[in-house]
Amino acid sequence: MTVPDSTGHFGRFGGRFVPEALQAALTELDEAFTEAQADPEYRAELARLQRDYSGRPTPITVAENFSKECGNARILLKREDLNHTGAHKINNVLGQALLTKRMGKTRVIAETGAGQHGVATATAAALLGLECRVYMGEVDTQRQALNVARMQLLGAEVYAVAAGSRTLKDAMNEAMRDWVTTVDDTHYLIGTVGGPHPFPVLVRELQRVISTEARQQMLDDHGALPDYVAACVGGGSNAIGMFYDFIPDQSVKLYGFEAAGDGVETGRHAATIVAGSAGVLHGARTYVLQDEEGQTIESHSISAGLDYPGVGPEHAWLADTGRAVYEGVTDAEAMEAFRMLTRTEGIIPAIESAHAVAGARRLGLRIAEEDPSARPTILVSLSGRGDKDVATAFEYFGLPGEPDRTVGGME
Amino acid sequence: MSQFTDEARLGISGRVVAGCLDQGRPALVGYLPVGYPSVDGSIEAVRAITEGDEGRGVDLVEIGIPYSDPLMDGTVIQHATTKARARGVHTRDAFKAVEAVAATSATPMVMTYWNLVEAYGPDAFARDLAAAGGAGVITPDLPPDDCPEWLEATDAHGLDRVFLIAPSSTEERIALTMGTCRGWVYASSVMGVTGARAATSDAAPVIVKRAREVDPCLPIGIGLGVSNGEQAAEIGSFADLVIVGSALLKCLDTDGADMPGDLARIRRLAGDLAAGVDRARG
Repeated sequence: MTVPDSTGHFGRFGGRFVPEALQAALTELDEAFTEAQADPEYRAELARLQRDYSGRPTPITVAENFSKECGNARILLKREDLNHTGAHKINNVLGQALLTKRMGKTRVIAETGAGQHGVATATAAALLGLECRVYMGEVDTQRQALNVARMQLLGAEVYAVAAGSRTLKDAMNEAMRDWVTTVDDTHYLIGTVGGPHPFPVLVRELQRVISTEARQQMLDDHGALPDYVAACVGGGSNAIGMFYDFIPDQSVKLYGFEAAGDGVETGRHAATIVAGSAGVLHGARTYVLQDEEGQTIESHSISAGLDYPGVGPEHAWLADTGRAVYEGVTDAEAMEAFRMLTRTEGIIPAIESAHAVAGARRLGLRIAEEDPSARPTILVSLSGRGDKDVATAFEYFGLPGEPDRTVGGME
Repeated sequence: MSQFTDEARLGISGRVVAGCLDQGRPALVGYLPVGYPSVDGSIEAVRAITEGDEGRGVDLVEIGIPYSDPLMDGTVIQHATTKARARGVHTRDAFKAVEAVAATSATPMVMTYWNLVEAYGPDAFARDLAAAGGAGVITPDLPPDDCPEWLEATDAHGLDRVFLIAPSSTEERIALTMGTCRGWVYASSVMGVTGARAATSDAAPVIVKRAREVDPCLPIGIGLGVSNGEQAAEIGSFADLVIVGSALLKCLDTDGADMPGDLARIRRLAGDLAAGVDRARG
């Protein structure tokens, strides 16, 4: 069975739960994307941008030193952090921005949490000459002023959303409201594999390049498929991109790591699949953090990119079918992995990606305990780099911000 | 007699509409969310709009259930429902408001985002709404072609189900939607969210005409942007139902601090709107 079906269903998940006014635009988008996928010119243009602009293919780095901290496992990193703008987000944005032009539209809007997707969207808009407005929760604009400035430097307008809880989910609501009004000339460039059909399949197909490359690199350069593939899951775009081409490989186990915040038992987390329930949010049926009456509950995570109370419907389906396994990683575990990878490999991961790194280490240690003779290979999606997170790390680790010593001064 | 005679398709609320049309006027629908400024205050307000200032108010009341992610609502409704939620409103409070309206001469319906129904359980929701005297439910984000459970629940409990059409809807989509509705169909007059607007939309007569051609046997309501008697008269000249929401809600903008004053204002507006629909086809 291939998913989604023609109406966007992944088993019981997915669908198109949006106001009727948007149905026509979603159908148009679905048709335009199907046509584009079949058009060698679109594919060639996208491939050219991926190579010459974004820097693909991204390499796989063997984390020799870090592996020593992970039982008998060999940890490999798929380096999405080396993309232009610093994360996998650009893969999706370039594809959708090209599609926007193809549909004859002149304006893109986007939602953003920490600002990474907003920055990527503003980047593609600058490159392709599109008007761009980014909606960002008011709380997030205050936490991430630097990214607001980056988007503005790139020529985008940034609108702070003061409605509801003033975070990512409210920014999505506001982007949808904008889109209902402006759909004739505007494309909603959604940043994750969530939302109404066809977004989950469209974004998956654009992020799929991660696993298409990684699978071939494993066969060519490392002699075999990995035993495990690990990725962090917020909305789930890097994870679906990292998983997708490995799904038919039954020997490859897929692990998604959700943000467990202060711990799932505290209620302050963003572990939607691990601790949520099925519901409808932002246009799709999926797992949602919600109260018993169906009101969305605020999520919590040290990582802004994972701080979302929903998840892409295909992950909900992969969890239900058992093809992928999802576990929570707390703020503390992620930050420990953040520091450990930085120190052992000289790679500062995004805090989002540090959740995958922490999860991979947990897997390695668990396997070493259960089967000491096993020598598993774990391929981790290092979805983004941590430059943006230095201030958070600074605060978290209580770094003094003082030089170790001052030299060269006059007496 | 109006052209609306198929009782199975008219359900409860469509028959109310046909009755109004038989009197030579469209039906007037008023929307208010339960729980704002408080549950009791909202119940007083829905009663007030059924009475107006001279004994004539709305024919149908649309009771909204506050939701955390109301992506079809403009700021007036968002702000009221955010406050209602902060004050602890529950889904079941909507049934109290429904009961209060059912005790008047007006007919109560509920407007809700789908996830609240899904969490309550579609069959249980339909059962409890019917028991409270509700006529049916308006679901702005539920696709009519992807809700078998809801069709079953509304059939089982004899409730109307109202879905939306929009200026961007294709003819096929309009036919599908109207074919799935019972009662009437809600036509968005503009591409946009809820909220009063200075001028009514040019697109309103167009969407009504298109829908009428596709399906002449189901009443068509126009919502989004109607705020006074004059606009109600204009829209009511071609639409079978005139739906008013944000403009009524704005009358409650002291947030409960001056409830008597707010109620007097909302009664006057309901009266003005009722007079507007009276002269719509005169």
